[in-house]
Amino acid sequence: MTDISILDERKKQIFTKGNDDFEMKCESQSVSGSVSQRACVFCGSRVVLYPIADALHLVHGPIGCAAYTWDIRGALSSGPQLHRLSFSTDLRETNVIFGGEKKLYAALTQLIEMYKPKAAFVYATCIVGVIGDDVDSICRKVTEETGIPVIPVHSEGFKGTKKDGYAAACQALFTLFDNFSPNMDEKPKFAINILGEFNIGGEAWIIKEYYRRMGVNIISVMTGDGRVDDIRNAPLASLNVVQCSGSMTGLAKMMKEKFGIPYIQVSYFGVEDTAKALYDVAEFFGDAELLKNTSEMIKAEIAEIHPEVLSIRRQLEGRKAAVYVGGAFKAFSLLKALKNIGMDVVVIGSQTGAKEDYKTLKEICDPGTIIVDDASSLELAKFIIEKKADLVIGGVKERPIAYKMGIGFCDHNHERKIPLAGFEGMLHFAREVRNTVLSPVWKLFPARNEVKKESSGKAA
Amino acid sequence: MLLRHTPTEIKERSALSINPAKTCQPIGAMYAALGVKGCLPHSHGSQGCCAYHRSTLTRHYKEPVMAATSSFTEGSSVFGGQSNLVQAIDNIFTIYNPEVIAVHTTCLSETIGDDLTQITRKAHEEGKVPAGKHIIYASTPSYVGSHVTGFANMVKGMVNCLSEKTEVKNGKMNIIPGYVEPSDMEEIKRIASEMGISTIMFPDTSNVLNGPQTGRYHMFPRGGVSVEDLKSTGDSMATIALGKTASSAAALALETKCGVKCDILDLPIGLHGTDRYVDALRKMACVSVPDSINRDRGQLVDVITDMHQYFYGKKVAIAGDPDQLIALTEFLVSIDMYPVHVVTGTPGKQFEKTILDLTKHLPVKVNVKSHSDLFMLHQWIKNEPVDLLIANTYGKYIARDEDIPFIRYGFPILDRVGHSYFPTVGYKGGLRLVEKILDAILERKDRDAPEENFELVM
Repeated sequence: MTDISILDERKKQIFTKGNDDFEMKCESQSVSGSVSQRACVFCGSRVVLYPIADALHLVHGPIGCAAYTWDIRGALSSGPQLHRLSFSTDLRETNVIFGGEKKLYAALTQLIEMYKPKAAFVYATCIVGVIGDDVDSICRKVTEETGIPVIPVHSEGFKGTKKDGYAAACQALFTLFDNFSPNMDEKPKFAINILGEFNIGGEAWIIKEYYRRMGVNIISVMTGDGRVDDIRNAPLASLNVVQCSGSMTGLAKMMKEKFGIPYIQVSYFGVEDTAKALYDVAEFFGDAELLKNTSEMIKAEIAEIHPEVLSIRRQLEGRKAAVYVGGAFKAFSLLKALKNIGMDVVVIGSQTGAKEDYKTLKEICDPGTIIVDDASSLELAKFIIEKKADLVIGGVKERPIAYKMGIGFCDHNHERKIPLAGFEGMLHFAREVRNTVLSPVWKLFPARNEVKKESSGKAA
Repeated sequence: MLLRHTPTEIKERSALSINPAKTCQPIGAMYAALGVKGCLPHSHGSQGCCAYHRSTLTRHYKEPVMAATSSFTEGSSVFGGQSNLVQAIDNIFTIYNPEVIAVHTTCLSETIGDDLTQITRKAHEEGKVPAGKHIIYASTPSYVGSHVTGFANMVKGMVNCLSEKTEVKNGKMNIIPGYVEPSDMEEIKRIASEMGISTIMFPDTSNVLNGPQTGRYHMFPRGGVSVEDLKSTGDSMATIALGKTASSAAALALETKCGVKCDILDLPIGLHGTDRYVDALRKMACVSVPDSINRDRGQLVDVITDMHQYFYGKKVAIAGDPDQLIALTEFLVSIDMYPVHVVTGTPGKQFEKTILDLTKHLPVKVNVKSHSDLFMLHQWIKNEPVDLLIANTYGKYIARDEDIPFIRYGFPILDRVGHSYFPTVGYKGGLRLVEKILDAILERKDRDAPEENFELVM
């Protein structure tokens, strides 16, 4: 496995700190023929928008696009569950030939009558882009007829990378503000929007509770446990707090331009980053009471988890981790959090990192660390073996590969069931890493034990 | 709670699918391709398709699923994907070094009119295919048929691209197992081998997607039908194709191409289905049925008779793939259960007629629909409740909402394991099905029993 070759085209996407000196090539399409882990524009739009629970999400395309994204991400809602159903125009051959506009219109009107949603998002898939359905005009027509915002999401899969899907989603969210202006005289005190938080495993609820205790008002969360009306009131906020920078910075910029709302980038993963995020918000408002609440709360929260995290750290000290995630910002936080529990990061990569992100990664990781952009499973496996990792952090497709190599795994993407955000999230994370890295199941493999015996024999 | 908004009143929906009971062709093609030894499936289209198919298969089988993509851009969708595919073929053989690349199309590459026959010929002409390596391909537009159609097309692609006739008979029997689990393929093979018949099964995902843990990661696992065997299918004595929707296309193509006679049967699920499979093997290979197989059969019949008091008149709703539903319906009817709602997402008129024929003597009305969805199934259940639901993972929403005992069956199963290790085909598989049905029904009986009726012996 360690002797696989790397395509010449990909050599500038793999960097070893201390050995190499070049600027990472990134944000490009995967090379044809590679076993890429990446998804498409549609996927980007879909994951950002679908947590809006009282909106209708209609996928305009053949059945697959809707089937594969049916309730796959565990974005929890405290109320309506409309977002978790799967609606598709199920385009057939005749629609591809004669166009799918009539079908789209019929589907939209029928669904809106049946579910009375607050808004509807229509996702245009690859095929719709090719056959040229005028999705915009159908959406306009249905908006006029039903009175709810019906918003086209231009997420044709081939139009770029997942990042372009985020941009399309931001555009769609921004459209929600059209023809709707909240009463700006009634701006609440210390009010923020949380952007780029999708409530996987209930994380938005943890974060909201911190802010409540600090005395900060949340106007909307985009889009975890999201509601259309809350989002439309978002201009009432004084600050946008962006977590998933890759997906939501675009919207924050648009809102800054149109409503003058400033934004900051934060992360709620790990003790340091969570504390910094909350302090940053408190300092933005600069209120003494608010600052005092924040600092007391953070101290209490850290005191609560500290002893156990420390004991886990003692168990994990010196173990090695390989991290491969979607966005680069997530990678920064993971790196810090892993250091916090005593682990060395030996491989780190992302699917959608930008040049700036990779610069930061190069600065904060240890010498010898391999940094990769858009890696294939095979490359990952190669690096993981070379670097003798004890833990892989990744998504769906990485899990069985890690297991096949007899290495612990922790999901930091769609299959997460426990919340990893905030202080309690850090404790969950530490426990999960410990449980998998130190699991006795890794001793059950004949091959792995043989290898260990061989190598220890040689050493002797 | 998730489905609390499902209205009881049924309205005609011509333009809309809610909660699909199928998915699209390419994933079926990818699954079939994984059943060829040393094969890397290749998705000719946008990156997303490949990523979704790999994720779904990974979740279902809990095994690494590798596949490459042509990574279409806006340019490819305008100028055609030929250069992407030729470059992809070159790259794949250079880096991953598979024995075979199995290319399937997506809705995008189909619509812009990419011709795989012509493109793969070009790749050969340009020397992108190293000596001794192969490309197989199938056209699998997502807007036609379903994942089962995609499977059928890729299996047919194996015949079209590789099967040869050399006039020297190989003395083997071809078996096309249908869109079933790796465990099922293994059991279908085992039955034939128990009868002393040498077989070529294609595709064969056993030992690929249910292989053992060795502590080493192999991009190409040991299992799968080899290219040599696939070529040799043209010299076999006959073909048994299991499941009309998934397997008949390849069987008929092989008959036309190499003159290998075929027998197309239902999937060997339950007693009668397995009887017909065993009998076809017996006749075509001129062998007698060994005692071991008779014993397996006898055990299944024994358990059914022991427990039949819990089956009769129980209403069942089932959703899944057409081949499986037909075989399952026959089995349920044979043990005196009533499949009252039968839904497949895969289009096909013949399906409805077959199910109605199988259930026509039942004293209840049977609802059956092809090219339908789980929303329709849910509405039917609301109007006519059932005692048991058999469906893929997504059925769990309906089961919870309506509080119905539930058995996971079919594709995909994302939240349980076992399906890829324990067969539901053959007599042994029948035994497992009966066990699952009984467990579901009797556990409910226990759960609902008032304290004074909660009994030890059932």
